[in-house]
Amino acid sequence: MKILTLLSLLATHLSASSVNIEENAGQFFSSGHTNNWAVLVCTSRFWFNYRHVANTLSVYRSVKRLGIPDSHIVLMLADDMACNHRNPKPATVFSHKNMELNVYGDDVEVDYRGYEVTVENFLRVLTGRLPPSTPRSKRLLSDDRSNILIYLTGHGGNGFLKFQDSEEISNVELADAFEQMWQKRRYNELLFIIDTCQGASMYERFYSPNLMALASSQVGEDSLSHQPDLAIGVHLMDRYTFYLLEFLEDIHPSSKANMNDLFKVCPKSQCVSTPGHRTDLFLRDPGSALITDFFGSVRKVEITMETINLTEPIQQVEQNFVNEERQKETYSYVDQLPVSEIIHQKPKQKDWHPPDGFILGLWTLILLVFFKTYGMKHLKHIF
Amino acid sequence: MRWEETVVEEATADKEDTSAPETVVQSSVPQPKDDFQEELVIRPLHSGDIYASFQFRTLWETDFMRGNKVSHYRLFPKSLGQVISKFSVRELHISFTQGYWRTMQWGQPFLPSPPGAELWVWFQDSVTDVDGTWKELTNVLSGIFCASLNFIDSTNTVQPSASFKPLGIGNVTDHRFLRYATLPREIVCTENLTPWKKLLPCGSKAGLAVLLKSEKLFHSSFHSQAVHIRPVCQDWQCKTTSWELRQTLNVVFDLHTPGQGKLEWSLFKMFSRTLTEACPLASSSKIYIDITDDPQGEQFEVSPATHLLSQAMVLGDRRTFSVYDLTQQITFGTVRSLNLLIRWKSSEDMLRPLLHAERYVAGYGLQTGEIHTLMYNNHPYRSFPVLLLDSVPWYLRLYIHTLTVTSKGKDNKPSYIHYQPSKDRVRPHLLEMLVQLPPNSVTEVTVQFERALLKWTEYTPDPNHGFYVGSSVISSLVPSIVAMDTNSTREQPLFSSFFPCKEESSYFMRVYTEPLLVNLPTPDFSMPYNVICLTCTVVAVGYGSLYNLLTRSFQIEEPSPGLAKRIANIIRKMRGVPPL
Repeated sequence: MKILTLLSLLATHLSASSVNIEENAGQFFSSGHTNNWAVLVCTSRFWFNYRHVANTLSVYRSVKRLGIPDSHIVLMLADDMACNHRNPKPATVFSHKNMELNVYGDDVEVDYRGYEVTVENFLRVLTGRLPPSTPRSKRLLSDDRSNILIYLTGHGGNGFLKFQDSEEISNVELADAFEQMWQKRRYNELLFIIDTCQGASMYERFYSPNLMALASSQVGEDSLSHQPDLAIGVHLMDRYTFYLLEFLEDIHPSSKANMNDLFKVCPKSQCVSTPGHRTDLFLRDPGSALITDFFGSVRKVEITMETINLTEPIQQVEQNFVNEERQKETYSYVDQLPVSEIIHQKPKQKDWHPPDGFILGLWTLILLVFFKTYGMKHLKHIF
Repeated sequence: MRWEETVVEEATADKEDTSAPETVVQSSVPQPKDDFQEELVIRPLHSGDIYASFQFRTLWETDFMRGNKVSHYRLFPKSLGQVISKFSVRELHISFTQGYWRTMQWGQPFLPSPPGAELWVWFQDSVTDVDGTWKELTNVLSGIFCASLNFIDSTNTVQPSASFKPLGIGNVTDHRFLRYATLPREIVCTENLTPWKKLLPCGSKAGLAVLLKSEKLFHSSFHSQAVHIRPVCQDWQCKTTSWELRQTLNVVFDLHTPGQGKLEWSLFKMFSRTLTEACPLASSSKIYIDITDDPQGEQFEVSPATHLLSQAMVLGDRRTFSVYDLTQQITFGTVRSLNLLIRWKSSEDMLRPLLHAERYVAGYGLQTGEIHTLMYNNHPYRSFPVLLLDSVPWYLRLYIHTLTVTSKGKDNKPSYIHYQPSKDRVRPHLLEMLVQLPPNSVTEVTVQFERALLKWTEYTPDPNHGFYVGSSVISSLVPSIVAMDTNSTREQPLFSSFFPCKEESSYFMRVYTEPLLVNLPTPDFSMPYNVICLTCTVVAVGYGSLYNLLTRSFQIEEPSPGLAKRIANIIRKMRGVPPL
């Protein structure tokens, strides 16, 4: 009897765990994306906006830690805080007071920095309309199976986000940019996070499918900053991103936390403002979307049993330098300051000037013809 | 013995299975030789600061310009190799500097560089559109080094006519293929150091590059990192060339920063790391410590002590160095780590550097000003020529008729002047002059300018910071104290073999002045908003009132009757009698 109950318990346990495995496998393949990209933008300039740079760098750090490589991250920082002359500890950007966590780190690659962070460049990166000579690290080379994370922070208002104190991007422009991305099949799913005052107004106008948006405050509310550091002298982080960073520090690449957990980050008691989110354009259930679908870069591995025959190694042709005996001119280093050569060097004239005396001759001719036809009596009026 | 047998068996076994043309054991066709050397020079300065200069050199006997593309990269970084072959680059020099080199306190640097970013490139003769290739090259380099080099365009690029001759080998110098640009505003931080470190063969994992930690490097008075690519002679005959890539990093650590007053420095204090091994890919890995000022060991001491000494001719002077060879295990001692300690007692006055330059803006107000460049020749009896290169942006309109060059109060006529005027929004001013500096004198070059008004969209987001004018470059042949070594292929340490030396009595040197920060008349950017608000309000109030007055018709309306009257009117209506 006891053995029977034990066996039945074992059987149910095994079936439950196998169901679990199937669920896990099902979840693994449910998202449909094959690569991950991140576009992280800080739009504020000047030293007192240190916290916006720290916000962006903390998301950068989390995203790199969870697996997205630098080549798939477009990081835009509008000003340099780490090597700013007001920074008492150069080459560092801290997120926690007492200098606990340096989010700048030792291995950071900023793609757009300083004056390059403009509304035009941001929209060009999103839509892919960049000049042909733009290097790869500055492009968002996503395809229709990419999950993209877009994070914006800075100063904003009802319906706009301020870039570098001189221009704004409106929510309509942003929604149209996302629609362009959808039309060009540049994303599979897109997660949009914004940490500014009245951030929820920025996602009100979205109308493309497969977008999920989070904001740190509702329309009419301000997002507040977290804590100042007395040694550095500025506020280090904004509240929403601070608690988001703490939440993400607990996530590891194989974590099963889903978007519903992300929506609970920073309730009103911690954030003072009310974070909002929008999921009506997202086709899947947010509970089935994992955090690592957007913040991490999970690679799918297929195991195959087929054998592949490798081709023979390519033989490099030996380059015979010895054969070129005929063209053996002796090279030499150039004289760095050849004074006599420089003094006798005539600067090349690019513009053509008429030869000397041409204008004078021309005027003489005109005067001659004039006086010939009309007589010499006019001469006294000239001189 | 047994190992050899198994190898033979495997070879025969392979031959039976597949018909591989080469055996497994034999190496493939010989690759072009490449060589990597690294060195660090530490020079204590008289002001108490310490100057550390890293140089990493990769030599590669290959030809990027030939037809077949290079496809196998070993020590030479692939990103730079592709840049060279795609843009037909003959020479490339790029530097990123934070801080300004104080010549009077620190002496001369091994490799000078101006504050900000500087890029100068010699293209091959085969390039047809140099300007287009230059623009593409700057964009590609901005991606490689994570810097805003894409702001280099025709408004800050010049084509010097006599300065910046190629540092590599070459017989023809047609200045049409040279381009020079600086970005004085460019910031240098860890994001520029990270890709720079990734170009090294050992990365930052082994060898001298482990010392390159950003938190210490950027907490310094001066930090400069550069990449120099040029073709060099392979041997003394110089019939074949090889490509040389030098990555240099110069840093000056401030005495007072770590909070100590003693003149005591160690590798750990400077870099917060010690050395444990040389880069395995390096053929030579050495540390040189300059002990010229004190050969007897009275002024300062170095520990652990070493018996290896070397002398080198650098910057016109014969200097003595203690050498630590990191490829020898004995250097690391029993603790398997090397932490050099340098302690010195007092400092006497330093020899004044022979050439020094300063630059400043004089004048008042936001309309006109005057640029003064001062060049000091501190040699007691020799005069030498200098070539001054000035590149001024178009929004400072120079009045060249006010250009004066005076030495010791008298007019000093330059023997060569090349001036290219600027074009608004197209190209900057270019002024090159060859001036002979008399001995023991100050030469002053002044030119007046007027500030232009920019269009309101051309201002940067922070226009009240000011606008930068790039450093002047002063190239000169300075007389040397000792006879220089003109034999360029003798085994020399890297720091003394950068500038090629053609004659014994003088050496070539470049000095950079400070960049200038000039305020342009800045408009009030809130005025368009204010004007729109005010105008709209006035128009709305004025026009609205007038419209209402003209189009509204007025009717007289009786006040509504009270309750009693209304009830009476209802009763009257029911009776059929006219209302009240």
